[in-house]
Amino acid sequence: MLYTNLKHIESAEEHAKILSENENVMVICGRMGPMCIPVYGIAEELENEYKHVKFCDMEFDNPEAYVIRNLPEVRGFMGIPFTIYYKNGKVVKATSSIQTKEQVKAILDKEFAQTVNA
Amino acid sequence: MHKKMNIINHYDAIVIGGGPAGLTAGIYLSRARIKTLILNEGTAGGQMVLTHEIANYPGVENISGFQLANIMKKQALSFGCEIKSFIKIDSLKLDGRIKSITLSDGTTYTSDTVIITTGGRSRTLGVEGEDIFKGKGISYCATCDGDFFTGKEIVVVGGGNSALEEAVSLTKYATKVTIIHQFDYFQAFEYAVEEAKNNPKIDFILNSTITAFHGNDKLESVTIKNLNTGKTQEFTTDGAFIFIGYIPNTEMFKSIVELNKWGEIIVDKNMSTNLQGVYAAGDSIEKRYRQITTAVGDATVAALAASEFIHKSKQKQFNLN
Repeated sequence: MLYTNLKHIESAEEHAKILSENENVMVICGRMGPMCIPVYGIAEELENEYKHVKFCDMEFDNPEAYVIRNLPEVRGFMGIPFTIYYKNGKVVKATSSIQTKEQVKAILDKEFAQTVNA
Repeated sequence: MHKKMNIINHYDAIVIGGGPAGLTAGIYLSRARIKTLILNEGTAGGQMVLTHEIANYPGVENISGFQLANIMKKQALSFGCEIKSFIKIDSLKLDGRIKSITLSDGTTYTSDTVIITTGGRSRTLGVEGEDIFKGKGISYCATCDGDFFTGKEIVVVGGGNSALEEAVSLTKYATKVTIIHQFDYFQAFEYAVEEAKNNPKIDFILNSTITAFHGNDKLESVTIKNLNTGKTQEFTTDGAFIFIGYIPNTEMFKSIVELNKWGEIIVDKNMSTNLQGVYAAGDSIEKRYRQITTAVGDATVAALAASEFIHKSKQKQFNLN
């Protein structure tokens, strides 16, 4: 069980539903360990600032997390959490292991940039 | 004429850092009705959240570092302490009566006292390829990433208790663990050294260090340099776990408060630094034993001393008026 305030994804079906209903999604797939906890904390902190992004987590040891573990983008990853950024259901970026707030923000700003209507 | 102080951003005390020392200071100060702000560059709980199980914190039989951190945070908040996490400090001015701290977003906070509880962080090798292969073969946490190395050959860098104990625990997964250490002796306790030496899966390369990490999508080899002969060798490996100790997070205080040659803050028995009204506690100070309990103890002393200082300053101001 992940003790975070993020939306928990419990199944592959729920994962697919969230991707279909949200344009921009960040999923942190990890455990309650030292490399993962800071990334959950960063996501919780950024939820208010990035209202156009859906922030979620998923337990790495949940068998249903094959939807993350089997992604071609995570081949070669050997450090949790696996953090996946989806745009319109497609993976646009994936990172392995702990990240800083600046690193996460840089990805969110680049991949999920909001277009301003003139 | 005096410059008008921005009352909204002024606190009696600002605590820099939100690990066990920072949260303890927050609890004590807020409970004493001292207006307190904790400015924390990382996650609340600091290095404490790195501990999966704490069995020797008095009064608590068994708890994870994450849970203990959350309880401390909740306690501090319940007394009215404010906590800002994942901030970045741009500049600070700690001499003079009013201390000021400016964040990277331009916000400035001022206070009468400051307690520094910035703790420490894992030391990295800082060599070529280390950033590239973090999470792709290089790890700093055996319990997090050990299972990715099942059936693989790995190296462990370091010679302290963490390095040797984690090397032994990694033999549950890896077929071979090579410990690379810069000296020909270990800083670890004898029992940890014996256990590692008696493990048939563990080999040693001593008087040596890693100077580069190589690979394509993931780590494939390391360059090992013998520190006696200067000779280098390419060593094939699937993973590298690095446990080479901690360094204090005190870079921002260099030439502001007095540090020793290891960058640790020098304090007196009241946890006071060389600057009036500036205290320090926890892993960032010069001391022998670094435990959650000692951080909590230091921070209690610092908070009580800071409370007394604030009280006396206010009294003095009142008498002057």
